[in-house]
Formats: sequence, structure tokens, C-alpha cells
Amino acid sequence: MTESRRTQAEIVAGLLGPAGPELTCEECFELLDVYVDSERSGEDADARIPGMRAHLTGCPACAEEHSTLTDLLSTLS
Amino acid sequence: MTGSVPAVQPASGLAPPDRDAEARAWLASLRSTGAERETAARELHALLLRAARFELSRRRGQLAATREALDDLAVQSADDALSAILAKLDDYRFESRFTTWAYKFAILEAATRARRRAWQDRELPIDPDAWTRLPSRTLDPAEDLERREHLRAIIEAVRTELSPHQREVLGALVLAEVPIDVLAERLGTTRGALYKTLHDARRKLRAVVGATT
Repeated sequence: MTESRRTQAEIVAGLLGPAGPELTCEECFELLDVYVDSERSGEDADARIPGMRAHLTGCPACAEEHSTLTDLLSTLS
Repeated sequence: MTGSVPAVQPASGLAPPDRDAEARAWLASLRSTGAERETAARELHALLLRAARFELSRRRGQLAATREALDDLAVQSADDALSAILAKLDDYRFESRFTTWAYKFAILEAATRARRRAWQDRELPIDPDAWTRLPSRTLDPAEDLERREHLRAIIEAVRTELSPHQREVLGALVLAEVPIDVLAERLGTTRGALYKTLHDARRKLRAVVGATT
């Protein structure tokens, strides 16, 4: 196993995951553009797409893609 | 969905007219034939290439690749993203900008390629003893007793409650931080299927030890 600098709290959070209902990876991808545009427009994106925030908390890969899309749009605007 | 997630809510206001007009123009051109379609596809590919390069530039430090190799990855990502988009034009629902919808395909393709390339010469760190070593690896003298006991309870639940496959997936994704795309490729499955395994394992653990403290 690779050594990690993560704290115990971070590892525990990764092991237990988000407690609430969450989207699947497929649903996350399907709705990612709507969620990001909602965030950027100042809407309540989490109210519009329930379960997205929990999934982004639990899935590092989807969280990275959310971050990239957000940052790309900021760079282009 | 995993759990009971309420349905997606409609946007609070009308879609901006400019946004819809832009999307309709893209869709009409991409569904046309001849020079108009070729021009639109070329313009869209240029946007996708920019998104793929942006994603790869963020990962340059993880990738032992030349500038040419990285650009080759970006072009491959843009090519595959364009193919996916052209096959899914009917899935676009006018709920975001068309370009935002398109960029996510390029980002997915580039991110997946980058993760796989970063791990292409590495063995998966599947180590059944990792769970045994976890307390000594993570327990810091500064951590309080309650946290230590919580972690020990989780490790015991991993041993007693999870299937061997769930333990393998949880260990690889969470302890060893193997990217989910890489693990999916090596195990011959999909990202979605692996995340379902991870989700089910986490739910079992939470049922035994409670949520994160």
C-alpha cells in the first residue's frame, strides 16, 4: 500500500462515505453540466439536484471532474 | 440512484434565451450535412481539445509524459468526446449551456486517460494485511481515544461484515487511493459498478459503527 499523509479522520470519512442518499456515477455525469451551470448562476444547485453534493463527497473521480469543469468555465469567462 | 434521492427540480426561472438559441444553432449545424456539419464538428472539436488540454495540464505532475505525448492524449480525448457527443445529441435537454454539456465529455475522457496512464506501469496494491496495519499507520498520539476506538470498530466491521470483493474494492479505492477508472479497467468492470460496490460496503459499515464522527 502507498503511504498516505491523510489524517485518520479523512480515512474514516473515505471508509464510511457520505451518510445521505447520493447519485450514482452515471447520474452524476448526466447532470454535472446542469449542476455546475446552476452553481455558477447563483441558483441553489443542491436543491435542484439532490444527492449530487453527497456523491461528490464520496467519489473522488467525479469530484475531480466537477472541479475541472468549474475551473475551466471560470477560466473561459 | 443509491438511496432515496428526490427527483431533479426544474430551474427556478426560464432558460436564458441566448443560451437556448446558442444550443439550437449547435444542434442544427451538427445535425445538418455537408460543409455546415463539418465546420460545426471542427469548431466543437477545437473546444473539446481546449477542455482536454486544460484537464491534462492539471495532471502534468502525475504524468511522466512529454509535451507531445500529452497533446496526443488530448487529441484522442477530444476525438472520443466528439464521437460520444454526436451520438448523444438527443440527450441534450437545454438545462445547461450546450458548451458546458459538451465540455464534460472531454474532461471525462481526458481524466480517465490520465489516471490510467499514471498507473500503467504500477501493480495494483492489493494487500490483505493493509487492514491490520491501518491502526499503526494512522493512529497518531494526538488522536483521541474515541477516534481510535471508532477506527478499530470500522476495521472489525470490515473483517466481519464485508464480502472479500467489497474488502478488496474498499481497500484499493480508499486505503491505497487507486483511481476508480484504473481499478475498473484492471478488474474488467465499470466505474459505476465499482462505485455501487463501494456504496454498499460503506452502508454496511455505517450500519454497524455509525456515521463519521
